Amino acid sequence: MAKIVVVTSGKGGVGKTTTSAAVGAGLAKAGHRTVLVDFDVGLRNLDLIMGCERRVVYDFINVINGEASLNQALIRDKRVDNLFILAASQTRDKDALTDEGVERVLTELSKDFDYIICDSPAGIERGALLAMYFADEAIIVTNPEVSSVRDSDRVLGILASKTRRAANGEPPVREQLLLTRYSPQRVLKGEMLSVEDVKEILAIDLLGVIPESQAVLNASNAGVPVILEDESDAGQAYQDAVARFLGEERPHRFLQIEKKGLFGRLFGG
Amino acid sequence: MAGAQAVQPVLELKGRMMTLTVLRLLDPSVEVLARELDRRVQEAPDFFRFLPVILDVEAVANSDLYLDLAGLAGLLQARQFVPVGIRGGGANWQEAAAAAGLAVFPMDRDSAAGDTKRRKTADEGTAAKAIADEAGMVVTQPVRSGQQIYARGGDLVIMAPVSPGAEVLADGHIHIYGSLGGRALAGVRGDTSARIFCQAFRAELVSINGTYSVSEQIEEALRGKAVQIALHGDSLDIRAL
Repeated sequence: MAKIVVVTSGKGGVGKTTTSAAVGAGLAKAGHRTVLVDFDVGLRNLDLIMGCERRVVYDFINVINGEASLNQALIRDKRVDNLFILAASQTRDKDALTDEGVERVLTELSKDFDYIICDSPAGIERGALLAMYFADEAIIVTNPEVSSVRDSDRVLGILASKTRRAANGEPPVREQLLLTRYSPQRVLKGEMLSVEDVKEILAIDLLGVIPESQAVLNASNAGVPVILEDESDAGQAYQDAVARFLGEERPHRFLQIEKKGLFGRLFGG
Repeated sequence: MAGAQAVQPVLELKGRMMTLTVLRLLDPSVEVLARELDRRVQEAPDFFRFLPVILDVEAVANSDLYLDLAGLAGLLQARQFVPVGIRGGGANWQEAAAAAGLAVFPMDRDSAAGDTKRRKTADEGTAAKAIADEAGMVVTQPVRSGQQIYARGGDLVIMAPVSPGAEVLADGHIHIYGSLGGRALAGVRGDTSARIFCQAFRAELVSINGTYSVSEQIEEALRGKAVQIALHGDSLDIRAL
């Protein structure tokens, strides 16, 4: 049985899809059969971030409606073994997602995969609620600013009360925080909340901190999950986060302003 | 243009909390109940006239009284009560209530039979509310934005933070062993001696028995401090612990 992981935030534009792509690619690289499912019907982005937009023939809604089989709709990633994408439909809206349809597709995917990553749309409407409903684990993507933190808090409340696990009285959805677009410089200037501030408000475990980085934008534009950019700070931060997700202990990096060391100054590195 | 005119709504559904009288039935005999009702009505006829009542059948749940629920309702109507529903009892009672045109209300705390499941936290700020035990209600999970928790009839103890956008209410005191970022309303049913305690005070609003203070009015020096809040006369006294 696969673990169903929802990547969610409440607020839009905080990095859900970037995170879904990175975490999915990271899990697949670690040898786990992983499928990325885009729940953002009508505003599909995941295929762009994954660089497979030209290979989408059938989508999630086609499978729900029985117009295509899962095998026809699943897109195999060309860079990472074990990684598949189920794209959202761009021409439909969230009403096309039915409870039974989503459950059926996820159940079918569960047989073949180790991890199902559900990329949630922003908001707390139908698409987002359905992306959360079947989750075993949740990655809460939050930017270090007050409105994003408050929206994440709201989503945490929904995860605690409106998921299948809550309805069945099972153990709660495991919730972990991923703080993205973190800039220690701006924290120091008081323009951003610090890691400690956000942890105190949300009171959940910290999966990782992704620094604000040009590499994220470059990777998105190139259609490459940023986690595959081994040289970049954001890529390394995602690699740490995936390792922690799989139970490894790693210290948090990129929380302090980078000081150039003695060698750095000497050699201008 | 007729199409451009706004359509007047002809009805609205609204959730409201009302106080209703609960009539606890302690004897399974219709005759005994009728006699006792007559005696009570004679004592204060005006008080009972058209009084909506809920029949609490928990104490007589195992008797055959449910077979004559419709008769009992008629007997109440004849004495100018307005029976609106029942609470307690098993499936047999609920069927009888449906047949008699009566609603079924949940018991307001865990019954011994345990057939009503208590909700610890309620999401969505709807009418769903958690109910206090006699000893007060203890919440160990963070209260998130959009959630509302109400400890009816007692104190509310929260061993976690209350986030901005969350609302906690109690008929008695509210103790928060964590940060208070949302709204806290103590003594909501008239207890002026109710107090609010918290370890880090960042509330959006605090209120005791309807006397409230919003964040803007709160002294900056108290922000983030451990405080207690009490009602003195008609103003709130907020002071560091």
